[in-house]
Amino acid sequence: MQIAKHKQGIFVLALLSSALLTGCQTAPPTLYQWEGYQPQVYEYFKRQGSGSEAQSGELEADLQKIRATGKAPPPGYHAHLGLLYSQTGKNDQVAEQFRAEKELFPEAALYMDFLLKKLAK
Amino acid sequence: MRALLFKIGSFKIVTALFVVLLATGCATKQAYDYTAYKQIRPRSILVLPPVNNSPDVQATYSVLSQATHPLAEAGYYVFPVTLVDETFKNNGLSTPADIHAVAPKKLQEIFGADAALYITITQYGSSYTVLSSAAIVAANAKLLDLKTGTLLWQGSARASNDENRNQNNGGLAGLLIAAIVNQIANQVTDASHSVAGITNQRLLSAGHPNGILYGPRSPKYQTD
Repeated sequence: MQIAKHKQGIFVLALLSSALLTGCQTAPPTLYQWEGYQPQVYEYFKRQGSGSEAQSGELEADLQKIRATGKAPPPGYHAHLGLLYSQTGKNDQVAEQFRAEKELFPEAALYMDFLLKKLAK
Repeated sequence: MRALLFKIGSFKIVTALFVVLLATGCATKQAYDYTAYKQIRPRSILVLPPVNNSPDVQATYSVLSQATHPLAEAGYYVFPVTLVDETFKNNGLSTPADIHAVAPKKLQEIFGADAALYITITQYGSSYTVLSSAAIVAANAKLLDLKTGTLLWQGSARASNDENRNQNNGGLAGLLIAAIVNQIANQVTDASHSVAGITNQRLLSAGHPNGILYGPRSPKYQTD
């Protein structure tokens, strides 16, 4: 009887603590539509410059999905795509992506202009 | 009877202590001094490649590749980590330690960033300790204002994939087998990288005590 009471108490405590721990974790809507951006960035670093062609294709496809949601791609998405194009010799598309990054995020203007200037040389 | 009363009494005390502990858990921590942070209010953050003090060479890029999400969702513009890394390399800076040593003013001139984040990884990878095997990632970070070099914020975080693992399956032999199985799983599935994602979220997301403040792009800007 004593043990039974004790067990019941522990059960209540466990419930209480799990309620406290999970209580705050309702997921708010995100600011951006991420798709595979971060995993792609990790892949990019791991393969050290190879496979840029394939990855740019995947990011283009993801960009269609992002646009369909009406949300913006995260900071760096267009800039990273521009980097991939620069490694596959598509210079006009590089500039287009750097401009898109700047338009979406004016905070990037100085850096994007620095890169665009280098590209024009 | 007396023993019973005593037991119930002590149980009540434990319960009360438990509740008090939970209620005050966050309040007892010394509150972070946000004076400089709130004065400067950076809009954009340049995440530098993290310095890695662990033996795993993957650590730097594993952590770097997952730092954008928490900071961007907190409301900051985060500079494209791959391009930034490329720019450093083109300028002869190939190690995180070299990059961390660049003068803040210089970083500000090149990137036009308001602040830079200096991450140091203190632990990364799978550790096998006879009875348990867990992937652990621990890191600390400093946010510096690039115009003046002022420290705006610093913090640290740690995560492990052993946190929720139930270890009551079959005594000592069961634990030993679980430890070995876990270590193999940790290697095969790049578990450390997943754990690094959790460490990043804990270290760099806004909305918790002593953490990063919400940035201008968040609807919660200036509410903390």
